Formats: sequence, structure tokens, C-alpha cells
Amino acid sequence: MQSQSSPAAVGTENVFQVENTGYYYGSNLAVRNVNLGIPGNKITAFIGPSGCGKSTVLRCFNRLNDLIPSAHIKGRITYHGVDLYSSDVDPTELRRRIGMVFQKPNPFPKSIYENIAFGARINGYKGNMDELVERSLRGSALWDEVKDKLKESGLSLSGGQQQRLCIARAIAIEPEVLLMDEPCSALDPISTLRIEDLMQELKEQYTIIIVTHNMQQASRVSDMTAFFNAEATDKGGKVGYLVEYDKTTKIFQNPAQEATQEYVTGRFG
Amino acid sequence: MTATNPDTASRLPGAETSNFEPNLAKRYQYDKIFKTLSWIATFSGLVVLAFLIIDVLIDGLPALSLSFITSPPSRNPAQAGIWPPLVGTVYLLIITALVAFPIGVGSGIFLEEFAKDNLFAKIVEINIGNLAAVPSIIYGMLGLFAFARLMQPLTGGRSVLSGGLTLALLILPVIIVATREALRAVPDSLRMAGMALGSTRWQTVRAHVLPQALPGIMTGTILALSRAIGETAPLIVVGAVAFIPFAPAFSVEGLQSKFTAMPIQIFNWISRPQEDFHTIAAGAIIVLMVVLLIMNTFAIVVRNRFQRSR
Repeated sequence: MQSQSSPAAVGTENVFQVENTGYYYGSNLAVRNVNLGIPGNKITAFIGPSGCGKSTVLRCFNRLNDLIPSAHIKGRITYHGVDLYSSDVDPTELRRRIGMVFQKPNPFPKSIYENIAFGARINGYKGNMDELVERSLRGSALWDEVKDKLKESGLSLSGGQQQRLCIARAIAIEPEVLLMDEPCSALDPISTLRIEDLMQELKEQYTIIIVTHNMQQASRVSDMTAFFNAEATDKGGKVGYLVEYDKTTKIFQNPAQEATQEYVTGRFG
Repeated sequence: MTATNPDTASRLPGAETSNFEPNLAKRYQYDKIFKTLSWIATFSGLVVLAFLIIDVLIDGLPALSLSFITSPPSRNPAQAGIWPPLVGTVYLLIITALVAFPIGVGSGIFLEEFAKDNLFAKIVEINIGNLAAVPSIIYGMLGLFAFARLMQPLTGGRSVLSGGLTLALLILPVIIVATREALRAVPDSLRMAGMALGSTRWQTVRAHVLPQALPGIMTGTILALSRAIGETAPLIVVGAVAFIPFAPAFSVEGLQSKFTAMPIQIFNWISRPQEDFHTIAAGAIIVLMVVLLIMNTFAIVVRNRFQRSR
């Protein structure tokens, strides 16, 4: 774990490096000119008011925004120095390396076992499937609760369990990065705490980027925090931008920008 | 109903000083009126249906017997049966289903899951919508030209195969639309989940989207097939004959042979002046309804099995 004072300046050690990147839907600029580096084996939180483009930025790390026909970027996002959007990067292969957990738990309407085995199978997993299922469920702290009902539908679980099943499903394909898009916003406080504890364990092995509306959550779990904000454009739309990116303690205790200060103290947003 | 009484409602504390005038009596009145109207709508449909069924049963039940089902039509109503048209109808249904289901579901999947949202897709979409509204007799003329004439070496001309292909064309738009609707009802979060695990589009569709959509697709297909089973006009144009003594054999030659279908036979019998033919026509209608019923039951059982396995 390297200790860097100014993370944006450190380039080579980072898993992701976003350089002067604008995010577009059609001809509309959604988020302008983002520059940041995501350090490995840390939790990076994206915070900011609704509509500031946090999720858009997140979804470009695994190129899930490719599925929206009009979405595209201008600029450069690198993953270990490789341009994510260059023609020789295959998004399907990329998505195995960069897992994702969504806002609403979305397990497949299949058995718990199948939920985890699916990703492994389609990606040509060569090992023992039963062991992988157990390892993944242990990894997401769900094993003890479901080990006797692996054949039951993933939808029979509670919301918090479903979300941990989704985490198990994501880590089953051995990614390097986990993208989490407001993973706790549909969960009760106890389930939320369990997921947050889990994230602390997971960051030993994975680099985590989490989008959250919950500032307490960001300050509790993350090492780095990026604060996004949005401003109105002349055309009546909204464009998001990165206000400040620094260590979480700095963002929450002594931010450089006025807007950050106002947001983290709850005076707007 | 004490709740409908405005006096009772106003007994709640503070009602006199309220800025609202609930006018409950009138609102409940409208409730009642609409409930009655919708009940009448439902009931009138049921009455007509029941009347139809009872009438047909009274007329047709005496004609029903095993020999009625197994013998060919005859000039003598007492000996006439419906075996050839019954086989013809079953044959048509099988051909129609085998052709229309894969093509319809396939194009539905393509349009909904794979096609880019461009001008081409929009043109195709509008065309399919229009095709669903084209009168069935036009399909008959298309079938006559394309299948019975152009493809005669393959289909044997005015054969059961030509008829089945024509009916398949007829219900294709309905199946495509039903497939698209069913696919659209599957939440996008499922596709996202699949794609985010590094599966390809087809893997996502195959493993997660299609199983969810299948019950809806099945329902649409069954409704379309039920419509096809009752079609007469396109079959007459393609060249179903009113009287054939033998059922098409279950072979390639059978596929290319002349045929008739139940609706045509029924139409033929009803248009004759003799009373006895009307009776056996009613008998044939009962058989047709039973075939429909069996088909729908089968389809519902299959659909429920899919739903349960989720």
C-alpha cells in the first residue's frame, strides 16, 4: 500500500487513470473533463448530488455504457496503462476482469448455485464448480446462511442477502476491480452495515469503486473520495464535473473547495 | 354500507371546519355505476358464448359418434364424417407452428435484442405492424402465388404444405409482436447483470432473458395458432378443396397432397340446403372446438411448467 499525498498526480501505480475525459449521450455532454486515478486495493467513493454523472463515470470503467447506443466518451481511460476504448480491448473480456454490483439487487431468477456458476461457466472456468460456489459465497459472507439451500431460487433471499449473492456472483469470476453502483441504497441499515464490513474484507483482494448517495457511508468505508457536482448549462441541461478528489479524511475534514465543504456538511445536495 | 352514508363520514372529528367537501355519496354512486357497467360488459360476452355453445351442442351432439370422426365426407349425411378435414387441420397446425414459431421468435429476438435503433429497424417495425392488419385473404393470394405456383415443385402446388406455409405467414406478425412485447417486459437489470459478468449478448438472452419471456411468447403463439385454426378465406384461395375422400398421408407425399380443413368442411356443409348437413356441420364445430380446447390446455400446461421452473 503506497501512501501518496496527492493521488491525482500519481499515475503509474493506479489501476485506472482517467485523463481529460468527457462523457456524452449523443451530442449532450453529461460529465465534462474528468481527471482522476484509482489506486489499487483501496476503496474509492464517488459522491455528489443526483444527476451529477457519478454512475455514468462508473459505468465506463467496465464499458457497460456501450450498451446504451448513444453513449460515448472523448478522452482517455486507461486500465494498467491500456486504453480501455482502443479497438483491441474486448469489452466482454474486460467485464470479466472488472465486476459490477448494481443499485437494486438483481440476482438471476435461478438457483443460488446457478447464480454463481453462470458467470464462471460462460467464461470457461476450468476448476471445480462446487468449490468455486462455496468459496465465492464465503467471500461474500453468505455461505452460512445459504449452504443448505443452494438449489433454491436466488429470489427467495432477503434484499441484503440478494445483494451479497450479487457480490458473490461478481467475485466468482475472479475480477480485479469491483464497481458498486449505490449497492446499499435499497437495503436496511443492518444489511448495509454487513455489506460495508464485507467491503473492508474485499479490498484486500480487490480494488473497489463505490458510488453512494450516503455521505456517512463514504466516510466510513472509503480511502479516497471524489466529489462530483452538476451545474446548469445555457441550453437548459445539466453537466456534471469533478469538483475535488482526495483522501477521504481530507474531503470530509478539510476540503479544498467551498462546494465540497457545503456538500459534506449537508448544507446542499 | 355505512361508509356510503355521508352523515356517518362527517361524524369524524373536525369535519365541519374542513376545507374539503368529500361528497362521498356521489363518488360511491359513480363507483357503483361503473361496476355495474363492467359487469354487464362481462356478462353479455359470456351470454353470447354460452348461447353459441349450447346451440351448437343441441344441434351437433346427435351427429357425434366415433364413425363420424373416422369416416370421410359423403353425399349421404348419415354416412358422412370429418376424418380428412380433421387430419388436414391438424396437419396445417403442425406445419404452421413449426414454421411460424422459430421464424417469428427469431425475428422478435433480433429486433428487440440485437438490431440497432436505426431507420432500417423502424421501417421493419412499421411493416410488421401493418402486416398484422392485412386481411387474411390477401395472404391467401400471396400463398397461392408464392407457394402453390412459384414453389410448386417443392410444395406440390395447392397442397397442405402450401396451406400451412400461408397460415404461417399470416400469424408471423402476431408472433413477432408478441415476442417483442414479452422480451420488453423483461427488466433491463437482468441484461445488465448478464453483460456485466462478461457474457455475450446471445449468452445473456439465451440464459436469462428468453426463459423469462417464454411464457409470454407461448401465450402469443397459442392465440395466433388458435386464430389460424379457424381461418377459411386464405385456405380457399390457396386451394383447399371442399371434398376429398382421403386424409393426407403422414409422409412427404402427404405433405404435397390435396387437402381440406375443418372450417372449409363446415362452411361447405352449412351452405347446403338439406337440414341433415346442418346437423353434421354442428357436429364438426364441436370437434373443432375440442381440438382448440386440447391445444390451449396443452399450451397452458407447457407454459406453467416453464413458469414453475424459474
